[in-house]
Amino acid sequence: MRLAEAWRVALDALRANRLRSMLTMLGVIIGVAAVVALVAIGTGTKQQIENQVEGLGSNLLLVVPGRIQAGSAPTSSPLTLDDIDAINRVVGDRSRVAVTIASGETVRAGSRTGFASMQGVLETTPTVFVRRLDRGAYLTRTDVSTGRRVAVLGAGLARTLFADRDPIGRQVTIGGVRFRVIGVFEPLGQSLGVDRDGEVHVPVTAAQRLLGTERIDGIAIRAPDRERIGELSTAVVAALTERHPDTDFSAVTQEQILGVLGDILGVLTGVLAAIAGISLLVGGVGVSNIMLVSVRERTKEIGLRKAVGARPRDIGVQFLLEAVLLTTTGGILGMLLGGGTALLVDRFTPVPAALTWWSMALAFGVSAAVGIIFGVVPAQRAGRLDPVVALRTE
Amino acid sequence: MTAAIVADDVSRTYQLDGVSVPALRGVSLTVEPGDYVAIVGTSGSGKSTLMHLLGGLDRPTGGTLLIGGRDVSTLSPNEMAELRNTTIGFVFQSFHLLARTTAQDNVGLPLVYRGIGRRERRERAAAMLERVGLAHRITHRPNQMSGGEQQRVAIARALVTGPSVLLADEPTGNLDSATGQSVLALLESLVDDGVAVVLVTHDRDVAARARRQIVMKDGLISATR
Repeated sequence: MRLAEAWRVALDALRANRLRSMLTMLGVIIGVAAVVALVAIGTGTKQQIENQVEGLGSNLLLVVPGRIQAGSAPTSSPLTLDDIDAINRVVGDRSRVAVTIASGETVRAGSRTGFASMQGVLETTPTVFVRRLDRGAYLTRTDVSTGRRVAVLGAGLARTLFADRDPIGRQVTIGGVRFRVIGVFEPLGQSLGVDRDGEVHVPVTAAQRLLGTERIDGIAIRAPDRERIGELSTAVVAALTERHPDTDFSAVTQEQILGVLGDILGVLTGVLAAIAGISLLVGGVGVSNIMLVSVRERTKEIGLRKAVGARPRDIGVQFLLEAVLLTTTGGILGMLLGGGTALLVDRFTPVPAALTWWSMALAFGVSAAVGIIFGVVPAQRAGRLDPVVALRTE
Repeated sequence: MTAAIVADDVSRTYQLDGVSVPALRGVSLTVEPGDYVAIVGTSGSGKSTLMHLLGGLDRPTGGTLLIGGRDVSTLSPNEMAELRNTTIGFVFQSFHLLARTTAQDNVGLPLVYRGIGRRERRERAAAMLERVGLAHRITHRPNQMSGGEQQRVAIARALVTGPSVLLADEPTGNLDSATGQSVLALLESLVDDGVAVVLVTHDRDVAARARRQIVMKDGLISATR
């Protein structure tokens, strides 16, 4: 029997029982749609985080005291601004080195109050990270060296405190100390779960005085090119270890952060896809079940086809194709449903989703495989039917 | 010319729940091309079993059976299927047409298993329907046709492959006598073309029209006329 003919027969058989075929397909549709949609959401989230980490700037090296590993206790930072001079000598370009001391502070302007993440920084921050100003100017080297009480507000914080008024030149109090607003950042949105529009940047010296400390929390270095990151990382850690022999220092690159986050999200996506895959399996059992019913119902037809010369294989192929047609049609519909769901989620919810060809291809391939696997038993049963018995069946 | 079917001391025993039930107990029979044989007997006499064996739907458990000169005991299931396709044509009491399928495609069905394309199948099926007098029913479905017409479609289906033997199991059993007569006349016209026609019936009038009658009783041929 020609394959084209077998397809035609299978299609006819499914058309003859439209409702039953649709209901059987539904299991596969839901399974495939769930796989496609969940993988899309996982992939979208991963891409968003990657974009955010990359959006920080390029070739970044982050240096913090302590070890970065699970279960290690947080280390109180021994770093001070004196260490920065040493690092500047290693790096050879002070505009590539940024520091931070962070603290959550209440910020007031007149009667309005906001809670902000105060970042004590050097004037180099915009050259190390990607931070653009919406209005005004950033901190200057003089602001940092003199500990001037000036502040650059995040877009969200500026809106909270000043609504539609221009904040430039106005006073705010941070932790009870007055600062003058000299700039406002462009909105950035959420990044790694942190609202970065709620930041306020002040000179690191002013922040240290406000907090009554000499410490700084971390150092960020922008390497001149990707190849030198490793070398630079070793040199900086060595210089810091020499100055603080009792403390471990860790240097991580963006790529390492991305790698760890990517791994975690990859596992999560895989687990979600596997759970969705179970529903696909259940759908496959449904297909198997309905195919057995179909074989029983059409026993007479099988007997007749055998009587006029169908080989066992012809009958088997016919029923196998029917099962495969059920699951692949379900697979295509499921891909459309899952893809549509992902697009709607991406468009109308804050959850990002990105369709990937591999997940669609995988889901479709699995649905075809489900058809073959769950169609084999009914097909074999049909192929092996004794024509005499089959013809006699009422 | 070689005989279409030669059965020599053929027996068939069924195993039912471990009990051996003999349905045929040694039947010898030769069907020549152009033969017209009626197999008669009461139900349970073994005539249906004999019919299934002669049609290659089943294999004997004893004796030798040659269909188209080939010993069925040496044939694989696929070769048996091919034998049924090329040498035998079946006509059943209850027609066994595929519902929701036109007369033309029902008749073309055996050609599907020869790998013949749809266009040629339809051409040959249409020609065969014309021969059985149903040129006006080509695109009708079984439920749009009378019993006699359905049986003619079934005969056309049996003939489309050009078989040397046509086996008919109670071909007039579901038809009124006038329709039955015309179906029989159609079968008899095949005999003149050199096709061997073997029909199973318990209708004496039908059997009487055949050239030879074989009377079955308790799994044996009890008489030939």
